[in-house]
Amino acid sequence: MNYADLFRVTLPETALEIAALLVLVADLAFLRKASLQAREMVASILGVVGCGAAVALLPLHAGGGVSYPGSTELMLSTGGYSAIAQVGILMLTVLTLFLVIGSEFTQHVGEYVAVLLMAATGGLLISGAQDLLVIFVGLELLSLGLYILTAFAKSSEKSAEGAMKYYLFGGMSAAFLLFGFSYLYGLTGSTNLHEIMRGLYSGNVQSASPLLYVALVMVAAGLGFKVAAVPFHLWAPDTYEGAPAPAAAFIASVSKVASFALLIGIGTAAVHVFDNLRNASTVTFVVGPIPKYVGFAGPWSVVVTLIAVGSMVLGNLAALAQTSVRRLLAYSAIAHAGYILLALGYFSHSTASTNAVLYYILTYGLTTVGAFGAVAVVERNGGSDRMDAFLGLYKRNGLLAAVMMVLFLSLAGIPPLVGFWAKFNLFAAVLGVNRGVVPFTIVALAVAMSAVSLYYYLQVLKRVFVMPAADPTPMKGNLVTMGVLVVIALAVVVLGCLPGLLQAWMGSFYAGM
Amino acid sequence: MLAWTIYISFAGALILALMPKGNAALARWFALAVAATGFAIAIAGFAAGAGQGRVTIVDLPWVASMGIRFTLAADGISRVLVLLTGLAATAGVLFSWNIETRTNEFFAFFLALIGGVYGVFLSFDLFLLFVFYEIAIVPKYFLIAIWGSTRREYAAMKLALYSFVGSAMVLIGLLAAYATSGSHSTGLVDLANANLPVSFQMWAFPLVFIGFGILAGLWPFHTWAPTGHVAAPTAASMLLAGVVMKLGAYGCLRVAIGLFPHGLDAWGWSFLGIGSWRDVFALLAVIGIVYGALVALAQSDFKFVIGYSSVSHMGFVLLGLVTLKQIGVTGAVLQMFSHGVIAGLLFAIVGRVVYERTHTRQLDELEAMHLGKRLPFAAWAFVIAGCASMGLPGFSGFIAELQVLVGSWNAKPWWTVAAGIGIVIGVAYTWRALQKAFFSDRLPRPDEHPKEGWPKFDPITWPEIAATALLIAATVLVGVYPRVLLDSIEPAVRSLLAGGMQ
Repeated sequence: MNYADLFRVTLPETALEIAALLVLVADLAFLRKASLQAREMVASILGVVGCGAAVALLPLHAGGGVSYPGSTELMLSTGGYSAIAQVGILMLTVLTLFLVIGSEFTQHVGEYVAVLLMAATGGLLISGAQDLLVIFVGLELLSLGLYILTAFAKSSEKSAEGAMKYYLFGGMSAAFLLFGFSYLYGLTGSTNLHEIMRGLYSGNVQSASPLLYVALVMVAAGLGFKVAAVPFHLWAPDTYEGAPAPAAAFIASVSKVASFALLIGIGTAAVHVFDNLRNASTVTFVVGPIPKYVGFAGPWSVVVTLIAVGSMVLGNLAALAQTSVRRLLAYSAIAHAGYILLALGYFSHSTASTNAVLYYILTYGLTTVGAFGAVAVVERNGGSDRMDAFLGLYKRNGLLAAVMMVLFLSLAGIPPLVGFWAKFNLFAAVLGVNRGVVPFTIVALAVAMSAVSLYYYLQVLKRVFVMPAADPTPMKGNLVTMGVLVVIALAVVVLGCLPGLLQAWMGSFYAGM
Repeated sequence: MLAWTIYISFAGALILALMPKGNAALARWFALAVAATGFAIAIAGFAAGAGQGRVTIVDLPWVASMGIRFTLAADGISRVLVLLTGLAATAGVLFSWNIETRTNEFFAFFLALIGGVYGVFLSFDLFLLFVFYEIAIVPKYFLIAIWGSTRREYAAMKLALYSFVGSAMVLIGLLAAYATSGSHSTGLVDLANANLPVSFQMWAFPLVFIGFGILAGLWPFHTWAPTGHVAAPTAASMLLAGVVMKLGAYGCLRVAIGLFPHGLDAWGWSFLGIGSWRDVFALLAVIGIVYGALVALAQSDFKFVIGYSSVSHMGFVLLGLVTLKQIGVTGAVLQMFSHGVIAGLLFAIVGRVVYERTHTRQLDELEAMHLGKRLPFAAWAFVIAGCASMGLPGFSGFIAELQVLVGSWNAKPWWTVAAGIGIVIGVAYTWRALQKAFFSDRLPRPDEHPKEGWPKFDPITWPEIAATALLIAATVLVGVYPRVLLDSIEPAVRSLLAGGMQ
C-alpha cells in the first residue's frame, strides 16, 4: 500500500467531505441573512453536486482496491458489489437531500446537510471495507451522523427521545461489535476479513470454537442493530417516528444499503475463503466435505438465518397493530430486513445472492425514501403521521395518493412493481443456494408473511382511497418534494415492468472482474 | 391480435385515471368503447383461431437472466375464456351505467381488473401468468371497498387477503418448480417438459391447486365469495363471479394439472376410499356443490342466494377438472363459460335491476312488493336466467353440467350421485328465490303498505336491456348450439390431458 493508492481509492469520500465543508462555509458565512428556503436550496444543491462528483470519481470497474503493505489482501475493495452499493448510496443521498428543500424542522440547514454528507461518507467506506478496523471506523462515522440527524428537530420531544434511544442502543451495539472483533483478532491474529476467514479453519481455532461462537454472536448483535433485525430492533420504531422526515428517509435507505453492503462483504469473504488457496499452486488443497460447523460460513449462516426468521415474523406481526404510519414503516423495515438477511444466511458462491440482496435493498431504499417523502407532505399539512391524517387523501391531493398507492403496493410486493421482483429474485437466490427442506420452509414462511404484510399496507391505502376526508381542503406539497416523489414512483413502475434494466446495470459492474 | 385485449384494457384504465374528473358520461362511454373493443377483438380472435391449436402471439425475453419470457399464446381454452371476459366486461360496463360517484376511478379499476384477467388467460409463461393474476387483486379490493354495499370494507379486505394468501401459495409452488426444474425457464411448456420428480409433484400439486382453488371457490376456502359478491357493486360482483372465479379454475387446470399431472396419481394407500389428491379434491368439490346449494336455500338476502349458488356451480367446474376425463374437463371449461354468463346475469338482475329500484334485497320484503307485476322485465329476465342456472336444456348450463356428470360417472359413480343431489337442490333454491322475489301471493301487511301508494319504479334503461339481451343471447346460443365452443375446447383439452403441455 502506498498513500497515493489510498488517496486514489478514497477520492469519492474526499469529494463528499469537501462538499460537506463547502456547505458549512456557504451556509454560515454567506447566507446568514437569506431565507430558510434559499439556504435549503443552496445546501441541497451543493450536497447533490458533491454526490455527483463522488459518483464521477468512483473507481467503478477497477476490481481492485487498496492492499496492505507486503500483502495481496485488500483493505478496501472497489468495483463489483462495493461500487453498486456506493452508487446506490450516493443516489439515495441525493434523493434525501431534495427532501430537505421546503422542510421546516430546523434552522441549521448547513449543519444538517454537512452531517448528512459525512454520514454518507461512512456508508461509502463500509461498502468497500475488508478490514475490521476500517469497518468499525466507517460504521461509527455513519452511526454518529445518524444520531445527530435524528435529534435535529430540536423543538420536537419525540426527536430527542428517538435520538437518545438510538444513541444508547447504538453505543451498546458498537461495544458488542468491538468485543466480537477483538475475539476474532485474538483467534486469528489478523484484522483482515479474508485472513480471518482462513485463520478460522486452523486447528487452534477449532479447539477454541466456543470463543468463535461468542464472537459471531457479538458481531451479529452489532451488525443486526444497524439493519434493525430482531432482537436488536428496538430503536427503530422510535427513531423512525421521532426523526425529521428527511433524516428518517436517510436512516431507512442509505444507512440500510451501506450496512447490507457490509454484510455482503462479510458473506463474500466467508464463501470465497479458499479461492486464493486454490489459485496459489504451492498449496495442495485437499478437496473434501468440510464439516458444517467449522470455520466462519456455517455458524454465521445459522446465526443470520435465525435473526432473519425472527425479524420477518415479528416485524410483520407488530406492524399489524400500528396506528402511526412512521412506526408502521419501521416495523415493515424490520420485516424487509428479515427477508434480506435470509439471502445473506444462504449466501451463494456466485454473485447471484449478492445481486439479489443489492437489488432488494436498492429498490427498497428507493421506495422507502418515497414513502417518507409522502409522510412528510401529509405531516406538514395535517401535523401528524397518524393513519387518520391520511383520510381521503385522494381528494385532497390525487397525485400524492397515486404515488402512495404505487409505493405501498410495491412494498407489499404486488407485481408489476419493483418490490415484487426484488422479493422473487431474493427467494429464488435462497433456493438456488440450497433446495433443502429447511430453506424451503423458511422461504414459504417468508412468502406467507408477505401476505400478512398486504393487510397493513392496505390499511393505509384504505384511508387514502376509500374513506372520506375529515378535512377536505386540498393538500399542497412542496414542488421539489412532489417532483422527487413522482420520479420515485415512476422508477418503481418502470423498473418493475422492465426488471432486466437494473440487473443489466448491476451486471455491468462485474465486467472487469 | 388477442394480445391487444390486454393492452387496450390497461391503456384505457390509465387514460380514465388521468381523465379530467366531473364528466361521468364521457368516462362511461369511453369505458364502454374500450370494453366493447376488447370484446370485438376477443370474438375476432376466437373466429380466427377456430380449428387451430396453440398459437403463440408474442414471445419476447423479459428478464433474460432468470429465463423469464413475455409469452402470450392462446389455445382453445384460452380463446373461450377470453371471449367470456370480453362479454362480461361489456355487460359489466353497461350495468354500471348508473355509477355517479368517482366514475372515472370506478371504470379505471374496472378496466385494470379486466386487463389482468385477459392477461392470465393468455399467458403461457408461469411467471407472467402470476404477475397478471396478482394485478387483478388490487382493483378488486378498491372496487368493493369504495363502491360496495353491505360490510364492504370487511368483505373487500377478506377478499384481498384470501386472494393474496392463495397467490402466495402459488408463488411458493412457482419458486419451487423453478428451482427444482433447473431448466432456467418459467415457460409453461418448458416446465411441463422438465420431468419434475413425482415426489415433488405430489406436494406441489395440492399446494398450487388449493392456491388457485381459493379463488375458484373451493370448499372450505370459499367464504370470501358470498361476502365479497354481496358487498361488491353490481359490475364487480358480475366480474367476480363471471371471470375472477374462473381465473382460479383456469389456474387449477393450466398450472396445477398441466404442470404437475403426477400429483394426481394414487398415493398407494387409501383411507375411507380416498387414495389420491384427485379423490380429495373431488370430495371437496362435491361438498362445495351440495353445501353451496343447501346454504343458498336458507338465505334471506337475495344476493346471498346467488353468491352461494356460485360456490355450488364452481364446484361443478372443479369436479369436472379432477375427473381427468376428456368429457369431464371439457364440461368443466364449458361450465366456466356458462357460469360466467349466467352468474353475471343473475347478479345484474339482483344487484342492478331490482336493488337499485327497491333498495332492499331481503326476500321477505321483496315478497310484499309484487315485483312480477311491477317490474316485469326483471321478472322475466330472472325466469330465463334461473332456468339457465338450474341447467334446463336449451341453456349453456345443461350441456356443461351434463358433461361434468358423465365424466365423473366414468371416474367414480358416487361423485355423480352426490353432484346430482346438488342439482336438485339447485332447482329448489332458484325456484324459492324466484317465487319469493317476483311471484309471491303474500299481501303486504298494513305496516308495509306505504302511505302515499306504491312508489313508481324508475323505468328500465337501455343499457340494462342491451346487457341482459347480450348475456341471454350468449347462454341460449351456447345451449342450442354448443359446438360453437366445444369445437374449440375439445382439442385443447385433449392435448392438455394427453401430454401435459407438450
